[in-house]
Amino acid sequence: MREKAIDVAIIGSGPAGMAAAISAKQAGAEDVLLIDREIEEGGILNQCIHNGFGTQIFRKDLTGPEYVHFFAEKVMASNVKVWNDTMVLELTPEREIYAISPERGMVKIKARSVVLAMGCRERPRGAINIPGDRPSGVYTAGTVQRLINIEGYMPGERFVILGSGDIGMIMARRVTLEGGRVERVVEILPYLSGLRRNYSQCIVDYNIPLQLSHTVVRINGRKHLESVTIAKVDEKRKPIAGTEETIPADTLILSVGLIPENELSKQAGVLIDPLTGGPYVDESMQTNIPGIFAAGNVVHVYDLVDWVSKAGELAGRSAGKYAVKHKEESRRKIRLLPGKNVHHIVPQFFDPLSLEEGEQKIQFRVTKPFETTVKVSMIGNNNKKVKERILRYARPSEMIEINIPQSIIGSLSRVKTLSIDVEEVKNA
Amino acid sequence: MPEKEEITKLICIMCPMGCELKVLHKGKDVLKVEGNGCPLGIKFAKEELTNPKRVIITTVQVEGGLYPLVPVRSEKPVPKSVFFKILEELRKVKVKAPLKFHQVVLKNAMNTGVNIITTRALPKA
Ligand SMILES: Cc1cc2nc3c(=O)[nH]c(=O)nc-3n(C[C@H](O)[C@H](O)[C@H](O)COP(=O)(O)OP(=O)(O)OC[C@H]3O[C@@H](n4cnc5c(N)ncnc54)[C@H](O)[C@@H]3O)c2cc1C
Ligand code: SF4
Repeated sequence: MREKAIDVAIIGSGPAGMAAAISAKQAGAEDVLLIDREIEEGGILNQCIHNGFGTQIFRKDLTGPEYVHFFAEKVMASNVKVWNDTMVLELTPEREIYAISPERGMVKIKARSVVLAMGCRERPRGAINIPGDRPSGVYTAGTVQRLINIEGYMPGERFVILGSGDIGMIMARRVTLEGGRVERVVEILPYLSGLRRNYSQCIVDYNIPLQLSHTVVRINGRKHLESVTIAKVDEKRKPIAGTEETIPADTLILSVGLIPENELSKQAGVLIDPLTGGPYVDESMQTNIPGIFAAGNVVHVYDLVDWVSKAGELAGRSAGKYAVKHKEESRRKIRLLPGKNVHHIVPQFFDPLSLEEGEQKIQFRVTKPFETTVKVSMIGNNNKKVKERILRYARPSEMIEINIPQSIIGSLSRVKTLSIDVEEVKNA
Repeated sequence: MPEKEEITKLICIMCPMGCELKVLHKGKDVLKVEGNGCPLGIKFAKEELTNPKRVIITTVQVEGGLYPLVPVRSEKPVPKSVFFKILEELRKVKVKAPLKFHQVVLKNAMNTGVNIITTRALPKA
């Protein structure tokens, strides 16, 4: 397997990941790698062809692809490495990434810091549990958006949309513009869940019927969807018997919420807040795992992409700084000094971060023979003993090898020198 | 016959704030706007009562591109009165890849003086 060491790895090249890549560079990280499983950077925005993006960052009303274009240009200009068509399969707490792509096969990437920017996925039908048949013709809004806007395929003629969030309302307009008929938009809450602006320009503009406090109670159709039964709900969101209405339709679009995409995060031991569905983060967007940061919809679901970019910028800056510090740390070498009764040691210097890879071995010789039990101590310049080992004897003619265990890495953080002493154990 | 003063409620769509505007007007003459978070709201109200406009956003067909479609928009909002006619026109348009960012795919749509442009670059397949 190919291996690659880099400063900052960013998983996901949506708006969060792109902003993170640019700011990680600005923070001084040299080697920044932006990874995405799609063939182009931009994330979900590539299929959001409508306008309404960037009013805060660019002070312009851009479409999703335009927003991506301007960010992708900045990514290019900042010399970030971009690996598209590359799926991340695994992330470890040691910040090792296993990724696969047709071009490079399986690659192991060792990163000094990582930014999680995997975005979110849509809640599927299973997650909301609508009873009835399981015919074809039931899609999530994002799927329909991709079919119509990218693949150029219209999935039906008569639509019912469940959910009045922005994505639901925007899809109502999109389907109408493509010649489809939106029979109804139904929202379980007594109020709209998306922006008023979208209500005005997507629903009112096209006279699309929208009903609040209603939900889908049955999906009907054997092979293909034939109709959808809706009903009014009470304050507890329970359907009220006797209020059912059956609407003929061949396509039901579910726009019932987004869930942060955190399978990879969990593998790495990142703790997830049950309230957001995303990682717990500190003010620098660092998760509970040192060196692993997170930003964008993977943390919590944002309404406006401008906020996502801002969060990405912060996480990228923090990850960049972390990587720079880590690199400086790695340039720091600890001097190994012969102490009491030790003649010389090899190696004379050692990189404390090498312990991340595994234990390290050192060799030395004593100045005089000891035929009784001796104690070998490794002592830092701060006078703290980091390791001790007992040997039955020690002779100048026989080289002694001891290991520096991985577990002491934490106690070496400010240590400049380590000396090795060999002393007789008196009452052995 | 002199026109009466009346109040029309609108939602401003110029930014995500979506201010609810209360517009006092006499026919097409706007006398007063309330509820606008910024001056753009007044401009929007005036236009909405005289000549409402919307940005057109859709896709057009592409030959030989990475994808079969390219997303497009009108450079500026176009009058609602010709909105659907322009959409009809765009259904007939077929462009050839590669396409540049903001390349014109339909010039001076329905004599509005507004061009329809791509919103992304699209390489060949
Ligand atoms: C259907 C839909 C419509 C939306 N419409 C709007 C809108 O109109 N206006 C608005 O402001 N916001 C909208 N949003 C929200 C907006 O898209 C987000 O705010 C923003 O795109 C989130 O950015 P992100 O970078 O966090 O995630 P995303 O844009 O989702 O990017 C995540 C990226 O991570 C990649 N990825 C995930 N897992 C892996 C892996 N294991 N390996 C490699 N790559 C991986 C994905 O391929 C994707 O490219 C919409 C969201 C959705 C889902
Ligand atoms: S009035 Fe100004 S602040 Fe309010 S929605 Fe319109 S543009 Fe935005």
